[in-house]
Amino acid sequence: MVSRNLAIGLIVSALALSVGSATAQEVGSRAPSFDLPGMVKPVRFADFKGRVVYVDFWASWCGPCKQSFPWMNEMQAKYGARGFSVVGINVDQKREDADKFLVSTPANFLVGYDTTGKVAEAYQPKGMPTSFLIGADGKVRAVHVGFKDSNREALEREIESALAAVRK
Amino acid sequence: MKKSIAVAGVLALCVGLMGCETVQPWQKGNLAKEDMAFDPDPLQTRFAEHTYHSKEGATGGTSVGGGGCGCN
Repeated sequence: MVSRNLAIGLIVSALALSVGSATAQEVGSRAPSFDLPGMVKPVRFADFKGRVVYVDFWASWCGPCKQSFPWMNEMQAKYGARGFSVVGINVDQKREDADKFLVSTPANFLVGYDTTGKVAEAYQPKGMPTSFLIGADGKVRAVHVGFKDSNREALEREIESALAAVRK
Repeated sequence: MKKSIAVAGVLALCVGLMGCETVQPWQKGNLAKEDMAFDPDPLQTRFAEHTYHSKEGATGGTSVGGGGCGCN
């Protein structure tokens, strides 16, 4: 009986180890910092201090990501002056794949290249794309997995409420 | 004797399980490649299945149970 309990315990702990210990970013938690090479200059989390940041994890091989780009361009253009920034974090292992994607799908916001997946590991996006709306206080306000055109309005409302919270 | 074999087995299982690595959502670049799909060309598959079915004289031979009367 004892050895049976021991066996079950060992199996459970082995499973737990194999799953990995990193925890996902949730609403209210402090957004992990990052410092990534960008298209022109490095993209640093610290540079967005006091701004509302929409961190979007995307990949060249992801269909919905392509759909989300025009919307993110629109949001950047509409709210940029009010203290809002879109940061696209590309998780392709090869930067060339991302650059090819960006030729056909231009991004009018900052793009950081997370080729090693370090930042993705810190944020734990649950799918591609996953966005984290980070308030001016540096805390995660909303997490959104996937992108559909029908999400546009709700996401924009989140951005607006995050910006409204800054002015208070 | 039996017990030590069991313990050895469990330990081996644990070591094996620890080797399991979950593919994270941001690591699925290779899995997303066209070559990795079960069905790389749905149109071609459809065409091949159509030929197969008419040769076999059955309807939906790979998915739906059919009589093979050739009437639909």
